[in-house]
Amino acid sequence: MTVTALLFASYADALGKPRVELTLPDGATVREALAHLRDFPGGAALPNLPLVAINLTYARGDSVLRTGDELAVIPPVAGG
Amino acid sequence: MRAAIVTRAIDPAALVAEATTADHGAVILFLGTVRDVNEGRAVSGIEYQAYEAMAARELEAIVAEAASAFGTDAIVVEHRVGRLGLGEASVGIAVSHAHRAPAYEVSRFVIEELKRRVPVWKREEYADGDREWVDPTRRHVEARS
Repeated sequence: MTVTALLFASYADALGKPRVELTLPDGATVREALAHLRDFPGGAALPNLPLVAINLTYARGDSVLRTGDELAVIPPVAGG
Repeated sequence: MRAAIVTRAIDPAALVAEATTADHGAVILFLGTVRDVNEGRAVSGIEYQAYEAMAARELEAIVAEAASAFGTDAIVVEHRVGRLGLGEASVGIAVSHAHRAPAYEVSRFVIEELKRRVPVWKREEYADGDREWVDPTRRHVEARS
């Protein structure tokens, strides 16, 4: 299955792009998707378990992904 | 109630007008503005970036929670994104309520929840030409050590 990972702010700078298409085995979790992302150039800069959201809702490391999901990898927020 | 991520300047008078109703005796306006210094470094501007679809959704959820908790739906919040100069407003919150105490509480609730959970980031630009994404979690750790 394929999942679109979205990157922002310092994480987008680290990987040099704002989005990455990931090909993952069916039933893969957020944690597994993050391990894949860390293999991309610059991916080592990502923390072990950053904040994540699936399809605009905060999710957890053990959340299961489905094909077509949008997985946002969210740096510490700094609004206001 | 209204919550939005905007790319234009925030208009405080328009927010106040939108939140004002004849049956409410207290109106609070909060503006968050770009400061010229942070942690001892001279700041010349800030670039705000958002995960816009999710940020709008989280802002809407916060406003709905505040409305239900404090008994007013006269709440308007805007967060601006893009490059802002010194003194410009990055966030504007206007609230009205029948009474002043809950009006202040709503305003405080919205800004604190916004800072905790709305996916917005800021890159400070310094007078020396350097620029850096702000990481509030790292700064807390450093402040404690």
